[in-house]
Parts: sequence; C-alpha cells; structure tokens
Amino acid sequence: MELAFIIEKFALVTVIFMISLTVAAYSTLAERKIAGYLQDRVGPNRAGPGGMFQPLADGLKMFFKEEIIPTDSSKALFILGPSLALLTSLIGSAVIPWGESIQIAGRLVSLQIADVNVGILYIFGVVSLGVYGIMIGGWASNNKFSLMGAIRAASQSISYEIPMGLSIIALLMATNTLSMKEIAEQQHGMNWNIFYQPLGFIIFLVCSFAETNRTPFDLPECETELVGGYHTEYSGFKMGAFMFAEYLNMFLASAVMSTLYFGGYNYPGMDWVNSMLGPLFGPLIGMGVLLVKIFAFIFFFMWVRWTVPRFRYDQLMNLGWKVLIPLAIANIVITGIVITIFDKL
Amino acid sequence: MSISLFYFVAFLSIFFALLVIFAKNPVHSVLYLIVTFFTFTIHYILLNAQFLAIVNFIVYMGAIMVLFLFVLMLLNLNEGSIGSKSNLIKIIGVIAGMCLIITLVGSARVLNASEPLVLQTQDLGLVKNLGKVLFSKFLLPFEVSSILLLSAMVGAVLLAKKEIKQV
Repeated sequence: MELAFIIEKFALVTVIFMISLTVAAYSTLAERKIAGYLQDRVGPNRAGPGGMFQPLADGLKMFFKEEIIPTDSSKALFILGPSLALLTSLIGSAVIPWGESIQIAGRLVSLQIADVNVGILYIFGVVSLGVYGIMIGGWASNNKFSLMGAIRAASQSISYEIPMGLSIIALLMATNTLSMKEIAEQQHGMNWNIFYQPLGFIIFLVCSFAETNRTPFDLPECETELVGGYHTEYSGFKMGAFMFAEYLNMFLASAVMSTLYFGGYNYPGMDWVNSMLGPLFGPLIGMGVLLVKIFAFIFFFMWVRWTVPRFRYDQLMNLGWKVLIPLAIANIVITGIVITIFDKL
Repeated sequence: MSISLFYFVAFLSIFFALLVIFAKNPVHSVLYLIVTFFTFTIHYILLNAQFLAIVNFIVYMGAIMVLFLFVLMLLNLNEGSIGSKSNLIKIIGVIAGMCLIITLVGSARVLNASEPLVLQTQDLGLVKNLGKVLFSKFLLPFEVSSILLLSAMVGAVLLAKKEIKQV
C-alpha cells in the first residue's frame, strides 16, 4: 500500500463519484426535456439558457423545504431508508472498468476502482441490496400506501432478480470469467457480447427496468393507486435522496449493460486511435465512448417511460415468472449446446 | 492486523446477534439479523473465500431476508399483538434456559484450543476451484441437495395451490 496507490484510487473514486452525481442531476433535467419533446411541449426553460440550471434550482428547493417526519413513524428507520437507497446506488460503480489503463508520468493507472474477481456477482449483490432502502423507508412511514409500495417493490425485485441472474449465467458461459475487467477486454474492437447473447441482453434489459423501478414497472410508486408509493410521507431532501437513487440506479444499470453487452470502452478502430494519441489520451477517448453508450441507454430508459404505459400487478408477475424465467433457462440451454458444438469442431 | 480485525468483526457478529434477540420489534430484529449476515460476509472475505462471501451476500442478505422482512411487514406485529404468555410457557422457558446454561458450562469446562487450520492453497475459495471440486469430488451430494431444494419448492407450490374440486 504505497502512498501513490492510495492517492490514485482516491482521485479515481472522487472523479467517478462526481461524474455519477452530475449525470444523475442532469438526468432529471434530461427526463423533463425528453418528456417535453415526446409530448410536443417545451419542457423546463426558465432557469438559465435552455433550462441548464434547473437541476441546481431543484436541488436548492429540496434543501430548503421543510422536512417532515411523521409522528408515529420510527424515526431512525425513516432516516435510514433514503440513506440506504442512496448508498447502495453509489457503491455499485466500484467494479465498472471505465477504460483501459492510462499512463501518467511513467505510471500505469487502472481506470477501475476495484478489480474484484467476482465483479458481476458484486453488482448483483448491490442490486439485490437496493430494495432495502425502499422497504425500510416504506415501512417506517407508518402509512398504508407506503407499505403497499414497499411490498410491491420487494416482490418485484425478488421476482426479477431470478431471470436477471439466469441471463448473466448464459453470459458467463460465453465469456468464462466473472471479472468485469476481463469481460471488457474480451470485447476488443467490435467483438461485443450482444452478438453472442442477443436474447440474454433483452432479458437483462427488461429486468433492469424492473430493478430500477422505471416505467413500465414503476408499480412501487404508482401514483394512480398508491398516492406516491413508498415515498408518500417523504419531503425535502429525503424525498430527493430517493429520487436521486433512482437516477443513480439508472446510470449504474446503463453502465453495466454497456460493459457486459455493448463492449464497454471498446469501439471499432480503437487500436488505430490509441496508436495515434498515445497511452494517455487514447484510453480517455475509450472512456468517452463508454459514457456515450451510457447516455444512449439512459435516453432509452426515458424514451420507454414516456411511451409504454404501466403494467398491472398480475401482468408484471406473469411476465417475470411465466415468460422471462423460461426464456432465460432456454437461453442457458441454447448457449450450452452451441458452446459444446463449437468446442467439438 | 488480520487477527485483530477478526476479533473486531467477531465481536460485531455476536453483538448484532444479541440485538436480534433483545430487539422488541420483530422488524428491528430482522434488520439486525441482516447486519449479522453482513458481518459473516466479512468473515468469509477474511478467509479468502470470495465466492462464498458474495453468495452469502446475495442469497441470505439480498433474497431470504427480504422475504423475512416482507412477511413481518405484512403481519405488522408489535408488543401488544403477541399477547401475554401463560405460566406453563414461562416454566418451560425457564427449564429450557437452565438446560442450555448447564450444557454451556459443561462444554466450557473441557474447552481447549483447536489446531490452527492451514489452507493448502491460498486461492481455494475462488470460483474456479470451487466449481471444479463441486462437479467432480462432491458431485453426488451437490445433485442430491439440488433435488432436495426442488422437492421443497414443488411441495410449497402444492400447499399453496387451491384444491381442485372433484367432479
């Protein structure tokens, strides 16, 4: 543990943290702008040029709003809920490889905070932990609508973790590794996993929508039935923390999908670009490419939100258990057969 | 460094396990149990069993405890709803507690330190080695336990299903 190593990791953590928060803050603006575009209106355009400072204004508003803690709630858990939601959505990005190693002053710096050799499972664990924030917050509010929202969140997240895990198993069979770094390296150039696992990707995508509680699976906060769902009683920045956690989860899910299926920081012609720009700026271009892919996924999330209506609860369960799980198991079997045939050839 | 870390985590495990028992509210108990499982995950990481650590994290903390919490939230138990215990139950509790104390004291008397376990290879707990061992040396117990889980699942579905009316 030399000093340079600690400084390097600390700087990287700070940068990733700043990027995550900035992207999450501007996702709120992007969501409203895209909603405006899809519904043929203007969207927020008062704060700053084209509404650029709207996230700042929203943040200030949340800080200065009165925080109300309901009398009959359990106070510690009421505060723990949003904190936990925010925490779990922030720690997931630690195993994402943001780019190839860059060279600064003769020192090779890895653009991944922690190369855990069970990286995918780590992300899976963090995702499965994410529901606790919602459950604790919903229960602590001591409100029947909040409790209904929390229970929906729990059953939804358990149901959709299974097909998500099964689709990852098929991906692991194809890549032979659990390390995010190795998976990203294997997809060098245009050798992306989406071409080997198209069905697995679609299952993973649908499950990501369910795990991040986004429309069409946003039943935990279904306004038409549950007032505001699990955050009915929340106000001020605690409400903001829940909202922020949702956008951070969306960012994380987009980053994971880009890394696992869309090549991460890889792009066609990257060798030529790297040889032209050298070992410092070449990998940074790769990081930019990864961010572009992430933004494309975030746009897709928003596009779907303003296009597809919300599912009914029984439809949600039917889709999860009777469609996605059999499809995911079939995907595993097909992958196994194809791998065996190719090994024999 | 490692041994003091172990003692610290072990202290946390026991501390939160005790809180599980002493918490008045069942939901608080479950939350403390989740923290206890988290300390177990740290123990596994200290033993270099990363796969076991992450599986404990996903399965116990992420899935099973969510179900526990789910059920307890729906029941919404509190001190009043359990009701007072009868004298018979109290007497049975006292006798059972005495038995436990006698067993503990008896076993503490003959306590001696076990031989320290030396790992043959440091990366024994990694996924690759674990998978190889499970699918060669321990294949039969592995498959038998999977059948056991499957039968439990089928049994649960059968119990939950409504009875089909005889025509």
